[in-house]
Amino acid sequence: MEVTAQQAFDIDKIRKDFPLLEQEMNGKPIIFLDSAASSQKPAQVIDRLNDYYRTGHANVHRGVYQLSQEATMAFEEARELVRQFINAPSEKEVIFVRGCTEGINLVASSYGRKFINQGDAVLITAMEHHSNIVPWQMICEERGAELRVAPVNDAGEIDLDALYELLDERVKIVSLVHVSNALGTVNPVKAIIDRAHELNIPVLVDGAQAIPHTQVDVQALDADFYTFSGHKMFGPTGIGVLYGKEEWLEQMPPYHGGGEMIKTVTFEKTTYNELPHKFEAGTPDISGVIGLGEAVRYIQSIGYENISRHEHELLVYATEQLEQIEGLRIIGTAKEKASVVSFIVDGVHPYDLGAILDKLGIAVRTGHHCTQPLMARYEIPGTVRASFAFYNNKADIDALVAGINRAVLMLK
Amino acid sequence: MNPINSIQDEIIDEFAFFGDWMEKYEYIIDLGKSLPLIDEQYKDEDHLIKGCQSQVWLHADEAEGKVSFTADSDAVITKGIIALLVRVLSGQKAEEIAKADLYFIDKIGLKEHLSPTRSNGLVSMVKQMKMYGLAINAKSQ
Ligand SMILES: Cc1ncc(COP(=O)(O)O)c(C=O)c1O
Repeated sequence: MEVTAQQAFDIDKIRKDFPLLEQEMNGKPIIFLDSAASSQKPAQVIDRLNDYYRTGHANVHRGVYQLSQEATMAFEEARELVRQFINAPSEKEVIFVRGCTEGINLVASSYGRKFINQGDAVLITAMEHHSNIVPWQMICEERGAELRVAPVNDAGEIDLDALYELLDERVKIVSLVHVSNALGTVNPVKAIIDRAHELNIPVLVDGAQAIPHTQVDVQALDADFYTFSGHKMFGPTGIGVLYGKEEWLEQMPPYHGGGEMIKTVTFEKTTYNELPHKFEAGTPDISGVIGLGEAVRYIQSIGYENISRHEHELLVYATEQLEQIEGLRIIGTAKEKASVVSFIVDGVHPYDLGAILDKLGIAVRTGHHCTQPLMARYEIPGTVRASFAFYNNKADIDALVAGINRAVLMLK
Repeated sequence: MNPINSIQDEIIDEFAFFGDWMEKYEYIIDLGKSLPLIDEQYKDEDHLIKGCQSQVWLHADEAEGKVSFTADSDAVITKGIIALLVRVLSGQKAEEIAKADLYFIDKIGLKEHLSPTRSNGLVSMVKQMKMYGLAINAKSQ
């Protein structure tokens, strides 16, 4: 890690790793500013997937033959890579899921059925993605529990005093986002976790938007659960990770039943497999896991220090440039932000702006970003969101600013 | 020729004059900026079609087997396209509306705005317009 982090960061070379960045959209070279929705994939990951299907595919954990054993080794090697990547104490605590959404659903359902009862509460925040709201609503309804929501201030930061007010012994779990997809806010999750732990309340962190930008150390955070999606961190779609502390995972009932997750089955009684397999029913997304492992390698080859430095520069530059556009207002002005800029322009509907930018080859996200309650909090229908990955450069931002100016001229 | 299709063909001809997407969009935006297409009293929850991206209000009136539509949107490009849809379908026979094939959208190069993934309310609006056609036609038989 030390060595790679000090390697030079050559943006032009990095861009060449991403074949999609050379494509066109509507006849224009694509300016891809929607990595928060899903990032592009480096050739290293694409080649690894291709290679696996061409030369290495067989089902895992089953065959006695060589090909199956090699597939199993590659699969478990990826688990070990992920373990190191997030500094989880044990491989037992690294569960492969379909993505962040499934990670949250797994905990809500499995932890919820075991630990949440009538009169209990679950605490989330007002800036959660729908995937960190709805699973909790579902389990709260089922168990007769209350869903509490910590408010967000005008800048887009969690009101910590209010959150701590809501945190009492009735709360059975806190679930919150590490980095907001709609606002870019980086939340002080460590402080919140420490406070919750004073009351022995576990905390789940939705890391979907944190992992692509910052080094995550689940032990340093002392998070009880941490989940993220592969497709936002330059890996394949359909794969993600749920880290959970062994002490919790051991106590939780399985989420799905099927093959892989069992030790013995009779019609009278089934005994479950050990962690992590207890939570991985059925044939897993083998290629997805292997591709995810490759994405981890790729991120490490660039180094989070380089990523953070470059993205921070982009964020500062984009903020400066965008603020000069008349009538443009940035939504989400927290002190700590990842490279996500959400904004609205007076008198211009986000949909109209997005539709014109599309014609100019610029991919941004418009709408409510799956955070309708948050948009309601700011009394806006949605925003336009530009999100930057380490493969973006200042020219992308210049193109965005020029595109907005042109669109606003047409629309006003 | 059926009147719905002759209006569609008219619009296709008009759009043939535009050089590129910019000119088309400018025209659509102008349409969208023109007067409200719906009476303020109908811009309520009952007439609202919620899209993820933009919202649409639709109101239908019936007289002698013909349906007239007024509609609006909070987004101006959506509203411009609504103006075209209203021009094509409003005042037509219920039966014709129900079975209309709206090919002009594709021909003038705006089909992406009528794709469900845009979720701008337009797809649901067209469905709703046809439903009115169907219901009113069924009632009159
Ligand atoms: C903050 C946040 N949480 C959760 C999710 C859900 O991730 P996925 O759709 O990959 O399961 C997203 C994706 O947009 C997100 O941004």
